Amino acid sequence: MSAPAAGLARILAVPPPGPGASGEPRWLAERRSRARAALERAELPTEAEEDWRYSRIGELDQQGFLEQTGVVPIGSPAELDQVVDALRAASGVAGVVRTLDGRIVGVELGAQAAGLGVEVVGAASLEEAPDQLGELVAPRADAFTLLADAAGADVVAVFLPAGLQLGAPLVVLHELSDGGVAFPRTLVLAGEHSAASIVEVVASGPGRRLVVPVVELSVGAGAELAYSSIQQLGAETWQIGYRASRLGAGASLRSFSAALGGDYARQLDQCVLAGERSRSELLAVYLGRGHQVQDLRTFQEHASARTRSELVFKGAVADEARAVYTGLIRMRRGAVKADAAQTNRNLVLSKGAHADSVPNLEIEENDVRCSHASAVGPIDPDQLFYLGSRGVPPEAAERLIVLGFFDDLFSRAAEAGVGAYLRGAVAARVTGAAPLPAPSAA
Amino acid sequence: MLQVSGLRASAGGVEILHGVDLEVSSGEVHAVMGPNGAGKTTLSSVLMGRPGYEVLEGRVELDGVDLLSLEPWERARAGLFLAPQDPVEVPGVLVADVLTEALSALGRAGTVAQVTSRLRAEAARIGLDEAAIERPLNVDASGGEKKRLETLQLAVLAPRIAVIDELDSGLDVDALRLVARRLELETKQRADGSSPLGVLAITHYRRLLDELRPDAVHVLVRGRIVASGGPELAEELEQTGYASYSSG
Repeated sequence: MSAPAAGLARILAVPPPGPGASGEPRWLAERRSRARAALERAELPTEAEEDWRYSRIGELDQQGFLEQTGVVPIGSPAELDQVVDALRAASGVAGVVRTLDGRIVGVELGAQAAGLGVEVVGAASLEEAPDQLGELVAPRADAFTLLADAAGADVVAVFLPAGLQLGAPLVVLHELSDGGVAFPRTLVLAGEHSAASIVEVVASGPGRRLVVPVVELSVGAGAELAYSSIQQLGAETWQIGYRASRLGAGASLRSFSAALGGDYARQLDQCVLAGERSRSELLAVYLGRGHQVQDLRTFQEHASARTRSELVFKGAVADEARAVYTGLIRMRRGAVKADAAQTNRNLVLSKGAHADSVPNLEIEENDVRCSHASAVGPIDPDQLFYLGSRGVPPEAAERLIVLGFFDDLFSRAAEAGVGAYLRGAVAARVTGAAPLPAPSAA
Repeated sequence: MLQVSGLRASAGGVEILHGVDLEVSSGEVHAVMGPNGAGKTTLSSVLMGRPGYEVLEGRVELDGVDLLSLEPWERARAGLFLAPQDPVEVPGVLVADVLTEALSALGRAGTVAQVTSRLRAEAARIGLDEAAIERPLNVDASGGEKKRLETLQLAVLAPRIAVIDELDSGLDVDALRLVARRLELETKQRADGSSPLGVLAITHYRRLLDELRPDAVHVLVRGRIVASGGPELAEELEQTGYASYSSG
């Protein structure tokens, strides 16, 4: 049960990339020291913990990610630019931010966004830490978020001023080198009654590495934030990702995530409906092939009256891939007339593939509505036969049916460009036209 | 020509077809009529190769090609089409996507846009609202819409032989007439000059046959063809019912 503390120490022994500690603002240096101190007592989670059941956390130490050596830049993965192209074609973009191994390497803000007061800055430009940094994710904090605090290179801090009406999405592209561990970090502060859309993409090359993205979204009273995330990691990348959002009164969050890549890709998603009448829509698609494991954990936390959340997560697994979905709806005392819905559906496309779906409810308030539905099963053989009877070969029929299964979510994505990109990316992955490199391939 | 000879088939270990013989040539309309439980839907399912049925004996050939050894999509490629009694819903999939894939497998590639415009034209001919082809295939479609969608697909795919199972259910008289006219046209003359369609219409009622005039009528009872004849046989059945055959 005890953590491989030596592994943690190995990561900490290596200074974070980017500006040296001396060039960092004081708050950041202090933050690192606090996290390091906390790590002394921290233990890596184990599969025995509820949130890590069915995970591959037990294999982490054998993976060698913690050596933090041999970092090799691989050049920008094509997926990053493909997403930007799709967005430009559909809606245009308000700006593009690029990070390499978690460190900001470029910020291009369009004149409109800059004129409206949108700011995107790195940690070094922040005189003090925004209150929300680390606070939103705190309820889910563990050894990995501490590691991110201690060793993360930078913070992409996005400030959306009150009353902002941003017509096109702001894009944040995270590129990862091969080797080592990276901690991309994003903090979005959406001012009261602002309306904006953020699209994040994380992509890596074929090499072995661990990435621990931490994303915090603070949605001010009356604000409307759309947040889309596309995970296109390489075949040997591990992800242990955290996303935490908090909504003020009357705020709305439309979240859409797509998990396509990675070897073991975990994404935790917590949405706290803190203010009255706040509402969230949490949509996700995930796809596993080969020996991939897509591991998704969600928390819909209703802390105020008349809050509403709707979650729809849909996944498909083929070959020997595995998917895990666990979702908790928590209704806090006082969440009167809150309404939460949770749906998880999984298509299992091969005999060797497997999906677990575990919904949970925790209800402290009487006057609430909750619903959850979960399904795991193969493609309907009647559908396959029907398309076959039209002359559609089995592989094409399977592709059509899988794309159709996801189609309602692609259509609901806040950004049409994200939906368009994913239709192509998922089609390619389902047919194997663009398969992940085999684990043993160079 | 579709040739069915000595076809015996079972479902769930129970023999349902006890030896069926049929021949449908290009340009002909054959009707198979029979009471509930006679094996009508088993016959259509076995011809197309639906999983869950086992062929015990017999042959099915289309223009000399042995269909029983082929997968359903290969049977379609060989020229067979099945309009099932109750077409299944396919969420998120448009009819144009399905036909584009099907035509591509047939080596008659067309873009989704070309197929869609073809479908629009066909929809107008059979009184189907264009909106129906923009929705996921058969999802929330009425019985009548589903039957018209089947007709639409048949018209675009232009098979050699179409097996249509209870096509009249869900269609009102006017719609049935339009659909029957469209099918009939395929059996007479085709736009591309290829050989006309042969139809095997499986039905419980005579209603369909008032509009889609058959060249031959076969009576299927308890898994056997017990009588064959001209269109007059359908009228006779209307008078006497199937009882006389069943008791025999």
